[in-house]
Amino acid sequence: MKEHWMAAISRIASVIGVVLMLSAPGFAVTPDEVLQDTRLEVRARELSRTLRCLVCQNQSIDDSDAPLAHDLRVLLRERLTAGDTDAQAVGFMVARYGNFILLKPPVQADTLVLWFGPALLLMVAAIGFGRYVGRSAAAFSAETAPLKSDEQERLDVLLRARRST
Amino acid sequence: MQRLLSLIPVLIFAAVSTALGLSLSNDPRKLPSMLIDKPTPIFALASLEEGGSGLSSDDLKGRIVLLNVFASWCAGCRIEHPMLMALAENSGIPIYGVSWKDERASGARWLKANRSPYVRVGDDQSGRLGIDLGVTGVPETFVIDRTGRIRYRHAGPITDDVWQETFAPLLAELRTERP
Amino acid sequence: MEAEIGHFSLILALLTAVLQAAAPAVAMRRRDAALAGFVQQAALGQFAFVAIAFVCLTYAFVTSDFSVAVVAANSHTTKPLLYKVAGVWGNHEGSMLLWVLILSLFGAAVATSGSNLPDRLRTNALGVQGFVGLCFLAFIILTSNPFARLDPAPLDGNGLNPILQDPGLAIHPPFLYLGYVGFSMAFSFSVAALIEGKVDASWARWVRPWVLAAWCFLTIGITLGSAWAYYTLGWGGWWFWDPVENASFMPWLAGTALLHSALVVERRQALVSWTILLGILTFTLSLIGTFLVRSGVLTSVHAFAQDPARGVFILGMLVVLTGGALGLYALRMPALKYGAPFAPVSREGGLTLNNMLLSVAVATVFLGTFYPLIVDLIGNDKISVGPSYYHITFVPIMVLLLLVMAVGPVLKWKRDDFRAVLARLKGPAVASALGAIAVLLITFGRNAVAAAFMGLAAWLVAGSLAVLAHRLRLGSIALAASLRLARTTPRAFYGMVIAHAGMGLTVGGITGMSAWATEKIQMMRPGDVLQLSGFDLRFASIGDVAGPNYQAERGVFAVSRAGRPVAQLVSERRFYPVREQQTTAAGIRTNLISNLYVAIGEPNDSGGWAVRFYYHPLAPWIWLGTLTMAFGGLVSLSDRRLRVGAPQHSMRQAVLVPAE
Repeated sequence: MKEHWMAAISRIASVIGVVLMLSAPGFAVTPDEVLQDTRLEVRARELSRTLRCLVCQNQSIDDSDAPLAHDLRVLLRERLTAGDTDAQAVGFMVARYGNFILLKPPVQADTLVLWFGPALLLMVAAIGFGRYVGRSAAAFSAETAPLKSDEQERLDVLLRARRST
Repeated sequence: MQRLLSLIPVLIFAAVSTALGLSLSNDPRKLPSMLIDKPTPIFALASLEEGGSGLSSDDLKGRIVLLNVFASWCAGCRIEHPMLMALAENSGIPIYGVSWKDERASGARWLKANRSPYVRVGDDQSGRLGIDLGVTGVPETFVIDRTGRIRYRHAGPITDDVWQETFAPLLAELRTERP
Repeated sequence: MEAEIGHFSLILALLTAVLQAAAPAVAMRRRDAALAGFVQQAALGQFAFVAIAFVCLTYAFVTSDFSVAVVAANSHTTKPLLYKVAGVWGNHEGSMLLWVLILSLFGAAVATSGSNLPDRLRTNALGVQGFVGLCFLAFIILTSNPFARLDPAPLDGNGLNPILQDPGLAIHPPFLYLGYVGFSMAFSFSVAALIEGKVDASWARWVRPWVLAAWCFLTIGITLGSAWAYYTLGWGGWWFWDPVENASFMPWLAGTALLHSALVVERRQALVSWTILLGILTFTLSLIGTFLVRSGVLTSVHAFAQDPARGVFILGMLVVLTGGALGLYALRMPALKYGAPFAPVSREGGLTLNNMLLSVAVATVFLGTFYPLIVDLIGNDKISVGPSYYHITFVPIMVLLLLVMAVGPVLKWKRDDFRAVLARLKGPAVASALGAIAVLLITFGRNAVAAAFMGLAAWLVAGSLAVLAHRLRLGSIALAASLRLARTTPRAFYGMVIAHAGMGLTVGGITGMSAWATEKIQMMRPGDVLQLSGFDLRFASIGDVAGPNYQAERGVFAVSRAGRPVAQLVSERRFYPVREQQTTAAGIRTNLISNLYVAIGEPNDSGGWAVRFYYHPLAPWIWLGTLTMAFGGLVSLSDRRLRVGAPQHSMRQAVLVPAE
């Protein structure tokens, strides 16, 4: 009984993001959305690829066939046709939905670690690598360094003694 | 030195698991509204019925109001409906409705069949107002203050708990604000 | 009835796991060898009980026993048998049962793996494995019982999500789990080594087959998932940097690092601390992946029903297992000092570099996957990290790695001469340059980046062949002698050559797909022709068909090129009434070098259908390459030396010299 209710509630919760997946995973840009002006259409496709479909899991509005994605695609094309630059058109979307709609997170105070982290990590790792290999190389050359003259003499003495037995 | 270095993994892990633990209380699907403390977008929607007066942004000024985005095909809205009816009767806060991405006839039929809690309703069949409000699904409810600024957005049906915990305190606070 | 048996069996498995975990500790204190031997029995017992439970659940699904809650929630009488079985793991509870099945399977395998493993290591490793199993069995029994019942039982079930009703996706989870649950064994071995306070060359040799096996399966599992996404989702996407995809990719990266790092431990007793750390971290990443999918912390296509309560439990397991392991690492690692020194230009140097780059790569993917969570916690902003982030950060690191990948295998251990190395790489360098130039010419110089990447692919493939040639001393000795060398060369070497070449193939495939894919979207009526990249697509017919549990609209297309017929493609739009869901089945023709891809969409009011036609050159190489990598891994696994164990220094008959 409880399982029924839990299942029901979770289904309701998913209906809130209504367009979520009840529409098929299919494909997105429909022929009637395509702009006549190919340059604008190319821009529209490019920009669509950078905008997240908000009711899908990890798809751009270019890939998703959710109704909201369709609306946003049409709206984007309208903004471009009206003369918006790429930045203005995208800004229009961000003003309404926030940075979440951007698939490429903006570089700002709270994403500095995200954007510069990998390069920093690489640097730190490279330094660590350099030091590790350096230490090993030093130990290696110490190990394989030619014997000093007194060590060589001692070795000769030992070898001669062994040969004579 | 070795001692210190070998502590790094466990320390990093402690930080990561703390973050993961904290994130458990966080709903990843909740999208913060971009319109908090901003004026309601200017709009003028037609009515669902023939010859009705529709809804415009001017209607929302002057008092503290709720703007509820709904649709006839939305099951969550059906669940929320009794709550809205109760609020319309008892809370003293006028509720305005926006029929989102739905046929005019369907919206009108739905309201006729299940009484309407709304003072006025606008038809947003195209979903444009929804986009301007940053709506991603239904139902969503906005709290708008006397100056017409959006103060809060709730995504999902309003339940008793939601009302008690979030809306009621906010509305009390807004009432004390000087216009 | 079978649900009761299954449930009871699970409880028995839990009790056995407790014994398996506790026995080694008690045995060590009491120095009781018999008790140590008991651990092996316990491991076998645990596996047996979990297997019984799994069989019971499968039986419940196959016989459509809807009194069992998960069967009712995920199955339906009209479902084909294959998907009834696949439904066993197509839900949270069942997939957790698969998890522990594989966990205990690896434990049982180690228990019976013969006399190569020294007893103490085996006992401790099985003890740790038992403890991991204990945690998961407790999790299942307490929060995710697959044998929970429904009373009264419904007449029919909810059906399986149609997206999951696909042969590729049916076997994707088992392979994936064999992979990243298999890494639990590396975890157990690493912790066992820390417990024992000893890590030597033989440890690395004994751990290798388990890591290799898990790695191969994970490679295949990821390949299946990617290929499935390609032909199901309808637009040719094959990797989305989705958090849960990343959750399987991170253990793969770490597992690759572990595999290579263990080589250095085996040969030179160096890189020990990194290897142990990787052994712990690889499984940790698997656990974090499990957490991601089942706790609702991140949204993803793959996520099961979100349940923060389960999330808390899994997090608890993570803290205990990984926290405990890393804590032990902090305590014990400084005491384990090793390291035969080596010159910078050497195989060890190359493998250390490989280790370093792979570690940074894992950290990068981790950062991208979890950063939205951190931003969410910090403030009111919400960001999303999409594929372009990884293109900017992850790809450059991988490029560096791929460059090193061809150099590493030709390096000699301990010390090598830089100029000699350059000489050995002449062949691959030339092949790489030629490849890049050829591509530039063919594409009229339009895409220099793509040409560079094709050059990189050629570098990898030619590099692998160069390693082989160098090993067999082709050219410098008689061919017969080379062939003789070939016969005595261990299989692990061939495995490496195949795997590295496979990587090159994948790089080529990714480049081709990213740089030269073309598409056209058009409303078509039957009889219309669409032209793309020299191909003509004729919309031959449209009709309705009925499947076992769906209704579909089927479009048949004929593809021809310059008048000659190439293929017939069929694409369907399927509607599943039970779940009221729709999916698209794309029609794909592959000649293993390129793909033609057709997907039919919604009809419009004037008798036309939306049709998408794609040409994907080199796309098949993406998966052919990864499968080649897995094959290389399997070849390595079949190396006799791994079964025989570390070479005992042959007891040369010592000439007894009387002490003077």
